Amino acid sequence: MTDPVYVQALDLACGAFLLTGVLVLWRRDLAAIIWLFGLQGVALGALIAVRGLHEADVELTVLGLGVGLLRAVLLPCLMRRALAAGDEGREARPHVSVAASLLVTAVLTMLAYAVSQPLVRLAPTPATQAVPIALTVLLVGFFVLVTRRRALSQVVGFLLMDNAITAAAFLTTTGVPLVVELGVSLDVLLAVLALQVLTTRMRAAFGGTDLDELRELHD
Amino acid sequence: MVLQVLVVAAGAPLLAGLMRQVRARLEGRAGAGVRQPWRDLRKLARKERIAPHGTGYLFRAAPPLLAGTTLVVAAAVPLVTAASPLDGVADLFAVAALLALGSVALALGGLDTGTAFGGMGASREMTVLALVEPTILLAVFALSIRVGTTDLGAIVTETASSPLSVISPVSLLAAVALAVVTIAESGRIPVDNPSTHLELTMIHEAMILEYAGPDLALIEWASAMRLTVMLGLFTGLFAPAGIATAGAGPIMLLVAVVAFALKVALLGGVLAAGEVFMAKLRLFRVPELLAGSFLMALLAVAASFFLA
Repeated sequence: MTDPVYVQALDLACGAFLLTGVLVLWRRDLAAIIWLFGLQGVALGALIAVRGLHEADVELTVLGLGVGLLRAVLLPCLMRRALAAGDEGREARPHVSVAASLLVTAVLTMLAYAVSQPLVRLAPTPATQAVPIALTVLLVGFFVLVTRRRALSQVVGFLLMDNAITAAAFLTTTGVPLVVELGVSLDVLLAVLALQVLTTRMRAAFGGTDLDELRELHD
Repeated sequence: MVLQVLVVAAGAPLLAGLMRQVRARLEGRAGAGVRQPWRDLRKLARKERIAPHGTGYLFRAAPPLLAGTTLVVAAAVPLVTAASPLDGVADLFAVAALLALGSVALALGGLDTGTAFGGMGASREMTVLALVEPTILLAVFALSIRVGTTDLGAIVTETASSPLSVISPVSLLAAVALAVVTIAESGRIPVDNPSTHLELTMIHEAMILEYAGPDLALIEWASAMRLTVMLGLFTGLFAPAGIATAGAGPIMLLVAVVAFALKVALLGGVLAAGEVFMAKLRLFRVPELLAGSFLMALLAVAASFFLA
């Protein structure tokens, strides 16, 4: 892959990665949030694959495809099943209003940019220059995790953070060893499965997944 | 540039008429025809000048100020030609400030009447404006980083010489932000409904409720021009094909006028057709939408640094 094409493809993948991450905050509809998360998985897979094609590294390219498949197809499928089982389709009233959280995201973006400057200065390549994007998505994921009420949106927040960590790993290094990445991916899959079981149990026990209503002990 | 102002001044009511006509046709009505806004303006301009009891000079000054700032913006923004004698003075910041000045004048005029509707409309307009103006600034600023100057003409000339540069995350984010802001600034659905007089929903109409006769004609004309200028700026920034650059001959200028009219008419038609299928957003959700577009604009600026 030639250099200008590589840079443009990498930029597009990073742009899509950032945009989908931010749009998760904007939508209230849980189905749309899951859909956006799937799109972000595609962007992440494309990002890794583009890196692999540029380095002429077959293992990295295949890994990109695998990661894309896991995060764009398998995880959204699992979450959609959890959503179909429940009755609540909307994030009714997050702790921080949507308009305010969008403005907070603006601040988080600046923070990520400021914090990652020393990292970028270590080795300024097109890939490392995109590290602030991964950090932004990481912070956005954490923000979703903290401010949303529904268990499912919190799962999406957790997975956004994981996506961002993966993206940061592949942007700063030429690649994590295959075994490590496989282990991490399986961990994530397991976590989502566990959370799915947990939400089902919560719904059976309390009739909803609004985590704020779980402050009192039930008999 | 005189040509550009004339095209905008004469064409703006036609654009408004075209959008109403598209809407009417899609809703199964015959429609009043494209020239109806001009006929309305003529009728209003012939009427007697009337001001409500107790209003002061702010009320009378608002319509001419609105129309005046809009005309200056129409002269400064690269619509038909990227070369403007106001270059160097009228950059992005001046244009945004002029647009804001017009809005503020109208809001003050609405407040001056002392009626509930005027005040309500003014307060809503300010709520929208507070998020719209920074978004316009940031979105165009993101585009200007690549060119290295905030002069709108230079940005458009640069984009016209390399049309493929539009396909980048920065331009796409800025385009989305600017599209939302254009709709909000010109008071269209889903932010405001230009054809409603329901007190729960109106923004722009609430402010101009007390105006009548020539003043109302001036305001209607100025709002149509604002819509035209915003749509023209949008097409100029993201699809500048056919725009005349400095030193173009009369034939090139003619081509540029036709291209500008076609692009803006197309965009207006799409906007009107989109409105048919959309409902107005609840007023409390509007800041959400605008905060989203502000964030997009900010991300566009940020991305132009990240991905430089």
